[in-house]
Amino acid sequence: MEKLIQKYVRKLTHQGLVQADSVLMGGLDAEFVWNKTDKRISALENLFAGLNINSFLVATPSSPIADIIAYLSKTCGDAVRPSDSETRTFLHDLPIAKSSDTTEIAHHLNRRKCVLLPDGSIAAYGTVSPEEAFVTFSSACFAAYVKFMSDCLLGVRDGNITKDAKYVLQKALDALQLPPVLTPPVLPGPFNSEAQIHRAMSEVGRHTVDHRLVDSHFGNVSVLWNNIVYISQTGSSLDELESCIDPCPLNGSSSAGITASSELTAHRRIYEETDADVVLHGHPRFCAILSLDCSEPNCPTRGQCHIRCDKARFVEDIPIVPGEVGTGSFGLCNTVPGAIKGKRGVIVFGHGLFTSAQKDFLQALQNMFDVERMCAEAFIHKIQ
Amino acid sequence: MSGWTGKILQVDLSERSVTTLSLPDDVYRQYLGGRGLAGYFLQDATDFEWDDPKMPLALCTGPLTGTTTPASGHVIFATRSPLTGAHLDESVGGKLGTQIKAAGFDAVVITGSASSWVGLEIRNSDVRIADATSLLNKDTIEAANALYQFNAHAVIGPAAHSGVRFSSVLVDRYHGAFRGGMGLGFAAKKLKYIGVTGSRSATVSNETLLQGAAEDIRRLTAASSILKGENGIANLGTAALFDLIHTRRMMPTANFRRTFFDAAAKLNAAQISETFEVESFGCSGCHISCRKRQTNATGLPDYEALAHFSALLENDSLRTTVSANALCAQLGMDPISAAVSLACYGEIRGITLNGEQILELLTDIAAGKGEGKMLGQGSLRYATKAGRPECAMTVKGLEIPAFDPRGAFGLALAYVTSTRGACHLRALPLSHEILRKPVATDRFSFSGKARIIKIAEDQIALVDSLTTCPHLMLAASMEEYAQALTAVTGLELTTADLTQVGERIYYSERMRNALWGFDAREDDLPHRFFNEAGTSGPAFDVPPISRNEFLEARQRYYTVRGLDENGMPRQDVAKRLGLKWKN
Repeated sequence: MEKLIQKYVRKLTHQGLVQADSVLMGGLDAEFVWNKTDKRISALENLFAGLNINSFLVATPSSPIADIIAYLSKTCGDAVRPSDSETRTFLHDLPIAKSSDTTEIAHHLNRRKCVLLPDGSIAAYGTVSPEEAFVTFSSACFAAYVKFMSDCLLGVRDGNITKDAKYVLQKALDALQLPPVLTPPVLPGPFNSEAQIHRAMSEVGRHTVDHRLVDSHFGNVSVLWNNIVYISQTGSSLDELESCIDPCPLNGSSSAGITASSELTAHRRIYEETDADVVLHGHPRFCAILSLDCSEPNCPTRGQCHIRCDKARFVEDIPIVPGEVGTGSFGLCNTVPGAIKGKRGVIVFGHGLFTSAQKDFLQALQNMFDVERMCAEAFIHKIQ
Repeated sequence: MSGWTGKILQVDLSERSVTTLSLPDDVYRQYLGGRGLAGYFLQDATDFEWDDPKMPLALCTGPLTGTTTPASGHVIFATRSPLTGAHLDESVGGKLGTQIKAAGFDAVVITGSASSWVGLEIRNSDVRIADATSLLNKDTIEAANALYQFNAHAVIGPAAHSGVRFSSVLVDRYHGAFRGGMGLGFAAKKLKYIGVTGSRSATVSNETLLQGAAEDIRRLTAASSILKGENGIANLGTAALFDLIHTRRMMPTANFRRTFFDAAAKLNAAQISETFEVESFGCSGCHISCRKRQTNATGLPDYEALAHFSALLENDSLRTTVSANALCAQLGMDPISAAVSLACYGEIRGITLNGEQILELLTDIAAGKGEGKMLGQGSLRYATKAGRPECAMTVKGLEIPAFDPRGAFGLALAYVTSTRGACHLRALPLSHEILRKPVATDRFSFSGKARIIKIAEDQIALVDSLTTCPHLMLAASMEEYAQALTAVTGLELTTADLTQVGERIYYSERMRNALWGFDAREDDLPHRFFNEAGTSGPAFDVPPISRNEFLEARQRYYTVRGLDENGMPRQDVAKRLGLKWKN
C-alpha cells in the first residue's frame, strides 16, 4: 500500500496535475498509511470506516484547474454537470461541497466518486487501489476544464460572460501550452516482431501523456500486425503500457482480449475499412471543447447530441461524429470507422480524437498534435 | 413501502399449511431482501442440522426485483448446506424471482417435511401443496417440461433423490441453485418442484429517477469490454474467460496439479461457436443475455464447467465437455463439485478418465451406484474415506471453482473467507486481479487485499440482497444501484447505509457458521497450493503461495472484519451491527 501511495503521489506531481505539497493521500489495509503528516488525518480516518473505502486523496489541482473549480463551485449550485463523454459515462456529475469539512466531504462521497471543494481542491477515493482515486481526480480535472472552457465559448457567442469568468478564462489562456509543431521521434515501421510493437505502442503512449493529449487512464492505442490487433488493455495508463497490451486475432480464434480496450471494435473496424496499420486515440482537451461548440440551440436533438447528432460538423477538415464509449447501438464504433477514411483524424463529440496511419505512429501522433493545436487556435480565435 | 410487497409466504410441509407473514419495516431497512432477508429467516436455525424439518429453505426476492432496474431479477435460495454444513445461499437467474414478486410475495419460506413427494404451486395468492408422485421418475428436463403451465419453475432431479450432497435445483431449465447441495435441501423436505405464475406489477416510487439510474447502468455496461465487448460475455458467455484464464496460467489442470492445459485451444469459446449452433438468452430484466445454448435447446457450459470438465480432468474433447455439463443439468448436479470429485477420484486411482468414463461416473453418481455412491458425497468425504484427504480440492468442504488461487492472491484469501466455502463470486477479486476493474491490482501480492476483500464481500452481500446479477459489478457499482434503490423505494439510502447492510449480512453468516463449528481451521486452502508450484508462463512464474504471507493476510482480514484471532465473531461487533448474539 505504501508503495502505491508513493507512486500515485509522484505521478500526480510528475504529470503537473497538482500544486506542490497540496497532496494528501492515504490507504488502509489493516493499518493506515499516509504520504505525510497532516492535521486532517484523524478526521479523515473516520471517513474510511463510513465509506468502506481503502484509499483517499485530496489535493489542489495545478493552475488554472483549481481556479476553474473554485469558479464552478461558486456558480454551479450543488453539482457540475459536464457534457463530456467520460464524465457522463463514469462519473455522472461532479458534486460541489459547501465546505472542506470532513463530514461534508463524506456526505458527497457517499453518492459519487469525487467531490469538488470550494477552494478548488478535489477529494476522491478508491475501493481497491489508490490508482482509482488518481484516475477519478484526473478525470475531474479534465471534466472541469472542458466544461468551463465550453461554457465560456457559449457565453462569448451569446454575449453573456461574467467578469469572474473572464478573469479565470484569462488565467487559463495564460497557462495554455499548445502541442509542439514537431513530434518527438518514434520507432520507425514497418514492425516485424511483437517486441517492436510493444515498444512502439509504449513509446507513443508515453508521448501522448507527456504532451497532455490524454489526462488519465483513458485513451487507447493499437497496431495491426499479421491479422492480429495489438491493443492497450481496458483502463490502462498510456504511459505504462509495457505489460498492458492484448493480442486480439481478427478471426476471433481467441477471446483472451476480453481485457482489451472497450474501443477494440472501433479499432478493428478502422483496420477493416481503411489501409491503416496503427490507430491512436487520445482525449485532447480542445478537440473535446470544440466538438461541444454548436450554434444551433433549437436543434431537435439538443441534449442528445452525443448519440443523435446527424449534422455534418467539422473543425476545419476534421469531422465531428456522435458516439458513446463501447459497443452499444450508439457506440462510437459505428461512427468513427466510416468517418476516418481519408482524414487526418475524427473527433468524437465531447470525447476525444482518433487518428490512424500506415506503417508506424509518426503520422498518427503528428496528426494528433496538429489537430489539437488547430482546435486550440480556433478556440482562441472564437473567444477573442 | 414501495419496492416490497410486504408479504412473506410461509409454507409448512409437515403440517401442509400455508400462511402469510408481514415483517416490520425495520427488517426490510436492515436486510433489504434477497440474501439479507434469507439470513434473517435463518438466524434462529442455528440448532438445526441441514435435514432437520425445522431448517428453513428460503427463496427471497429484493426491492428491485420486477422493476426496470437492469439485471435485478434474481432470487436468492438459502438454507444450511448438506455438503458443507455451513451457510449456503445462491443467487439464481431466470424468471423465478420476478414471478414470486409478481405473485405478491417478497419471499417464500419453506419448513417441515412432507409425508410424500409434493410440489408447491403458486398462482398469485392461490397457493397449493400438490402431489408430485407423477414427476418422481423424471429428470429435471422432463419435470421442467411437465411444468410448462407455470411462468417459472424450480425442480430437482435424480441426484437429489439419491442423496447426492452436491445435487442442484434447476430453475427454468437453464438456471439454478447449483452449489452446496441445495437440491438435497429440497429432497429433505420431499419437495420435488416449485411452480410460480404471478401477474402483479412491481411498485416504483419515482419512475423518472429510476429511468436515469437505469440509463447510467446501461451506459456503463455498453462501455465495458468484459460485458459487452466483442470478446465479452454478452457475445460469448462466460466461456469468454477461458482463453484469458489459460494465458494467465490459472486454469486448474489435473486436479490442480498444474495450471495450464496444452489442449485448451480446442475447447475455447471460439471452438464452441464453430462446433455448435449457438443462441443467446438471458434472465428476466437483463440486457446482457450472457447465457448460451444450442439451437436444439441443449444448454452450453459456463466457464467453470467448461474448464473443469476439460482441463481439470485432462479431457481434450469439447463434445464430452458439453455432454458432461448437459448431463449434470439433466440429473440435477453441480458441475463444479461433480468435476472436482471426478478429478479427485482420478488422482487417487492414478488414472486419467476418458470421455466414456466421465459420463458413466456422472450417471453412477446421480444413481447412487457403485463408486458413484461415495463420490456423490463430495470430494472431501470421498478422499477422506480413501485415506487421501490431501487430494480433495475444497474449502470448507466446497469444491474449488476453475480459477487457481496460486495465480491471484486476493482470490486465495477470498476462497477461505467466503461463508459458503470456495467461491470466486463472494468477493469477485478476479474483477481487479484479472479483469482490471475498477483498476488492476497486483495479482501476485497480498498487499492491501485484506481490506479489499472485506469491502467487496460487503458489496456483493448487498448486490445479492438487491437480487442484482454480480456480473453487473464488472461495469457498474453501488453508486448507480443505490440511486435505483432510492428511486424504487423512496428511501434516501446512502452508500454508507448500504455498506452497513452488507456488513451486517456478512457478519451474521459468519456468526451462524461459528455456531455450526467453523473457525480459522476451516478458513484454509488445501496444502497443495502452499507446497506445489503452478505452471509458469513465458514471462512469469507461478510459485506456491507463501504460507506465512497467507496467514498474515488472513490475520489482517480478521482484524478488518472485526473477528478475533481465531476468526470468531465478537459480541461488540455484533451489537454495533444490530445482530442478536448467541453463545
